[in-house]
Formats: sequence, C-alpha cells, structure tokens
Amino acid sequence: MLNPIQVLCSDITSLSLEPEPFASYTEADIISTVEFNHTGELLATGDKGGRVVIFQREPECKTEPFSQGEYNVYSTFQSHEPEFDYLKSLEIEEKINKIRWLPQQNAAHFLLSTNDKTIKLWKVSERDKRPEGYNLKDEEGRMKDLSTVTSLQVPVLKPMDLMVEVSPRRVFANAHTYHVNSISVNSDHETYMSADDLRINLWHLGITDRSFNIVDIKPVNMEDLTEVITAAEFHPHHCNLFVYSSSKGTLRLCDMRESALCDKHSKLFEEPEDPSNRSFFSEIISSVSDVKFSHSGRYLLTRDYLTAKVWDLNMENKPLEIYQVHDYLRSKLCSLYENDCIFDKFECAWNGSDSVIMTGAYNNFFRMFDRNTKRDVTLEASRESSKPRAVLKPRRVCQGGKRRKDDISVDSLDFTKKILHTAWHPTENIIAIAATNNLYIFQDKLNQEMHG
Amino acid sequence: MFPKGTKRKFSDSGDEPPAGSDDVNQPSSAAVRMLSSYSLQRQSLLDMSLIKLQLCHMLVEPNLCRSVLIANTVRQIQEEMTQDGTWQIMTQALSAANAAAQCSADRLVATEVLCRQTEAAQGEPAPKPFPAVGSEGCSAEEVVVVEEEDEGVEGGVIMSTVSPQAPTAYLPSTFGIDPCWEEETGEEEDEDEDSEECASGSEEGDNDRLVEDSRTAEQVFGTFEIKNPAPSPDPALEELFSDVDASYYDLDTVLTGMQSAPKMGPYDLLESLSSHGPSPLSSSTSCRSDLNELDHIMEIIVGS
Repeated sequence: MLNPIQVLCSDITSLSLEPEPFASYTEADIISTVEFNHTGELLATGDKGGRVVIFQREPECKTEPFSQGEYNVYSTFQSHEPEFDYLKSLEIEEKINKIRWLPQQNAAHFLLSTNDKTIKLWKVSERDKRPEGYNLKDEEGRMKDLSTVTSLQVPVLKPMDLMVEVSPRRVFANAHTYHVNSISVNSDHETYMSADDLRINLWHLGITDRSFNIVDIKPVNMEDLTEVITAAEFHPHHCNLFVYSSSKGTLRLCDMRESALCDKHSKLFEEPEDPSNRSFFSEIISSVSDVKFSHSGRYLLTRDYLTAKVWDLNMENKPLEIYQVHDYLRSKLCSLYENDCIFDKFECAWNGSDSVIMTGAYNNFFRMFDRNTKRDVTLEASRESSKPRAVLKPRRVCQGGKRRKDDISVDSLDFTKKILHTAWHPTENIIAIAATNNLYIFQDKLNQEMHG
Repeated sequence: MFPKGTKRKFSDSGDEPPAGSDDVNQPSSAAVRMLSSYSLQRQSLLDMSLIKLQLCHMLVEPNLCRSVLIANTVRQIQEEMTQDGTWQIMTQALSAANAAAQCSADRLVATEVLCRQTEAAQGEPAPKPFPAVGSEGCSAEEVVVVEEEDEGVEGGVIMSTVSPQAPTAYLPSTFGIDPCWEEETGEEEDEDEDSEECASGSEEGDNDRLVEDSRTAEQVFGTFEIKNPAPSPDPALEELFSDVDASYYDLDTVLTGMQSAPKMGPYDLLESLSSHGPSPLSSSTSCRSDLNELDHIMEIIVGS
C-alpha cells in the first residue's frame, strides 16, 4: 500500500494553469480564496477584484480509465463591487475574503461569498433546454402578427447549448462593523456564521435582515483592545459547536447550547509559551491565521506564522502535533516585521482522510506533512516546474551547512511570492494552490484514493 | 534575547573593540556594547512599530489585527524599557532638550520622508533620517488612521480620516503626513498659527512619537468607533511626553543615564500607556480643539 505523501511527491502532475506566460496581471487578479465544494466537482476562487471563478471537473473519460478529469472554467461572475462608507469616509474593498459552498440539495449549487462587510448567497444553475414553439412570440421573441396564428400549440423544451446562470439570492449586509475574516456553514444546512475582528454573528440562510451575535470580544474602551478574532469555523457534525482563534494564539471552542452569547468558552486551547524562545515577536508569530476542523471532527488544525499545529479536541493544554513550516525564518523575524511579511495570513488544509496536512509558504512553496509517517515535503507552484503532466520535484531550503544542487538558500527566497490559499479535494488527492494571480491544480496521477 | 535580523548599522558602530584596550576593561566594555546594541535594536523596533501605526490619509480601513499586534509590541517594548530604567532616561533627556532651543532636528525615525510636505510648509528644518527605518515607514501599506480629537468631537471619527489637520495640530512635523495631503497644507499652516497663539509652553512643536504612542491605542482603535470625550489632559503626562532627543543614541548619554536615579515613577508611564491615553497636551489643546471642531463640522456640512 502506497504511502499517500510518497505518492504525492513522486507523481503529482499539474493539470491546469491560469493565464499565459508573461501576461502581466493587475492587482485585481490576485486570488484571495480557494474552495472545493462538498463533492469536489466544483472549485471556486475569489479574487481581489471581487470576481468569483468556478471551475468544474470534467467527467473522466471512459476510454482511458486512469485519466483524471481536468478542471475547466465553468462560470465567472462579479460577486462584490467596491463600496464607499460615507459615515467613515472609507472605501470598502471588493476583495473576496472567503467562499464557502453549501451542501448540494438539488440541481443547483449554492455558495456564500464575502468581502469585508457583506456576505452574499449565490445560486449557480445550469440551463440546457429552452422552450420553443410559443403561440404569440416568434423565435426571436417578437410578437407575432395575430392573423398568422391559426392553431394552438404547446411549447416544447428543446436542448440548447449549456448555459450557467448565476444569480444572487440573498445579501446579508450591515451586520459587521469590523472586517469579516471567516464564514462557516453549519452542519444543519440552515444556519451559518460570519466572524469579523471582534464579533461573530449567526445567520439563517433564509433571513437577511437579522442575525444573532454569538461572540463579542470588543472591550468597552477600545484602548483596552489587545486581542482580535482571526478565524472561526463550525464543527463538521455537531451543529452547536464552533471554534474561533485569536491573535494571541488561543483557540476557543464554544457551545451554543450553553448561552446565547458565547463569550465564555467551553474549552480553551492554548500552548504555554516557551520562555527560552521569547522575543518581541513572540505574540505576533503566535497569532493564529487559520483554523480548520478535521473531517472527522476530532482534531483541529491551526496555522500560525512559523508552524502548523494539530490539536485534539480532548486535550486543551497543548497541541497534539507541531509541524515546522519554515523555521529558518525565526532568525529573520525583524526583517519580516519591517516589510510586513510577518502579518501574512497563511491558510491550512486537511486531506480527505485527515492523514496529511498542507499549508503554503514563501517563494511559491507549499508544504505537506504526513501525520502518520511524520514525513514532509516542500513543493513549488511555478510555471517552470509545473508544465502540464510534469511531475513535481521536491524542493529544499538550505540554511548554510551542506548545500545540495537545486537547494534554495534562505536569503534568496522571494517573499513576494506567497502561497496563502490552498485547498484539498474532499475525497481525492487533488489540491488547488493559489499563487498570487495563478491557480495551480495538482493531482496524484497513480493513486486516486486516500490511504491511511 | 536579541531580535535577530535587524540591520547591522547600529551594531556595527558599537562593535569594534578599541585597539589595545585593557584586558580588565574589555569584558565589561563588550558587555556594555552588547547591552547598548540590544537597546538600540529595541529602540529601532519601537520606532519602526510607531511608524507602522502612524496615521496617514488613506482610503481603506486599516487592518485591525495588524494594528493590535503592533500596538501590543509597542506596549511590550515600553514596559521593558520602563523596567530597566531606559524610559526614564529618555524622558529626562527630553526635558533637558526641551530647555534647549531647536529639537526639531533631533527627531527619531525617518520623519524626513513622512514630513517632507509639512516641514516645507512650516519652514522647519528637515530632521535627520533614522537609518534603520529608512523610507519604508510610509509605503503603500495600510496604516492606521489617526483619530483626531480626544476631546470628544462627535465627528472625530469621520474627520480623522479625511482631515489632515489632526496630525499637524498635534504633531506638526513628525507624523503621517502623506504627500497626498499636499493640497491642504495651507489649512495646516493656519491651524498651527492658531495653536501657536494658544500654546502656553514650547510643546507645540514638541509632540512626538511618544505622545503619539501614548495615544496610539486610542487613535488606532478609536477610528472604528465614535468615542466619548476623553478626560482632561494631565500636566504630568505632558512633561513625560515631550520631545525625544536624538542624543539619546549617543552611547555616553545612554550609559550615563542608566546610572542616575529615575525622576518619574513607572506608574505614570504605564498608566498612560494602558487605559485612558488622554491627550498629553495642556491648555493649548482646548484652543485648537475648538477650532478643529468647527472646521470639521464645516467640512461635514460642506461635504468635502
């Protein structure tokens, strides 16, 4: 039985790439979120310009049983527009912060997309038939001359070219004073939550003019503010449980059955600080940038600046596992503080079987850690290394000491090329990596199913 | 623990051991150099943080998480500096420098980049740039918006983001004057003239980063809310937050200062840092604030 990460290392092939080489891109093209839907058939990306692009996986070709379906553009639409807050004289960016799919309940697909202030529910549906044979209108839609109508006919549905229609079904606005950083659909498929820097609101998908505030950490005096909410997510199975992370590196598991306002947590997950490693940057690098429940609901995956941590819900005093993503940056924190890179928010992802975790880094590198074998790999998402059907080669960052061929030294890392957003197919070994304005989709060619 | 990765400019100047120095003196001078290198690095980190928190005219609301983290870092540095007495040294140096004539040349940080417009308008000499920070302080990154009026102008929140008067009124040549405010320089000048008439002491031109710093938390986070009026300023705090003298960077000053008894207790400082963050200015503010208030209200009405 092949080890999943071993297979991924050796056989990852890249299937689709975004714009042509050397095409210059605008800032609006920078991808700001990536999300597979619950079956993995659809992949949505949001960008800084407020657009959403949905990719659909082509059905596998029956003649070639081992060829995987490729992802092609399915639909593109403008989700959010820039706005102006007249009260504060500030612009509201149209950048899509998060996209979350609703579980599919009928032929149409629904997704939630949010910018800093407003969440929208979009319906994505297909139309591949159209009625023909109207009595009063002709084929172009013009009214017929009534004298020519001599008989009555029933319009019939005829096939047409597939058209994907996207329409906004709900707009959830005016509920957030601060910037929305997370949205999460509840397992009850009726409610969802949206979290900003200081508050978390609970919505019903059908009701737009009301939301319940379930967490509020805003101090009475804003001068006393020392901690903000950085991410939040519902438990995948228990609709009363959710977790939120903070800029001080803590995780709070809350139970909505306990009280209406969940300021008091049920569980607090915090790793005690290592006094020997303390510096002025300790707090900043402990700030959790992303939190994800495992598919099983038993574990939490968190990402802070230098590490990724797996927590067991049953153990609050320390994480179960700690993975060093790029510890070679520890000695460079001051420079990274100066150029603001230390505030970069990296996301993290589980694979379908919760055995491998993945997160991005700099220089267009991303890392995968196998929790069982403790092996890890660094891969690069770049045009040069990702020609279609090419196999990805593991990369290595050297910090002095022995330097192998093709190693990159820490000082030559490109900090403008950061992989903040990554997503893993819910069941298969397919990953989507957003590198600035490019989307890379990598597949495990030989081994489709999850192991371990 | 030293924050590694800082620019070596400061360490370099202090790192060369004097040729032929005593064996007896060498260990202690090395230790002293290490200490001063650490405190210089810490100071540069403080300056960098304060620049990052600086307010300049911007269109998009700043990132609250980033602001909170930077503000916490600043607080942490200042607490440490208070504990080892460095803070008191700085304030002593300030009061000494205030008695002297022009301190404007001795400002910390690359104020040159930030204040070029304003200083030209006001005719003050450009300050020496602070090498460690360079010109990165006021790049296109998000910077927190200044909340202008602590004295509780209702429209304070709005105005702070639009009006450039706020920083110049309080900090005429040090802060966040983005070049895009150039066209409003005329207004700033008027503002300063008025304030000069009102100013009782020499503080008008002396507000600096420390002042900014004590009000930082309030300004940083206050933008997001309409605030209540702040309590009246404490004259003791005003003394505390006078200009920082760049002579602080002189090794001798630092070392000498470390041995003298602190003039002020730590509680004044911590108090001002933590909760109320009132305006450290004295009666001069009340004159200016009324005028600012009026101007701001006019701006709202006019819809500029």
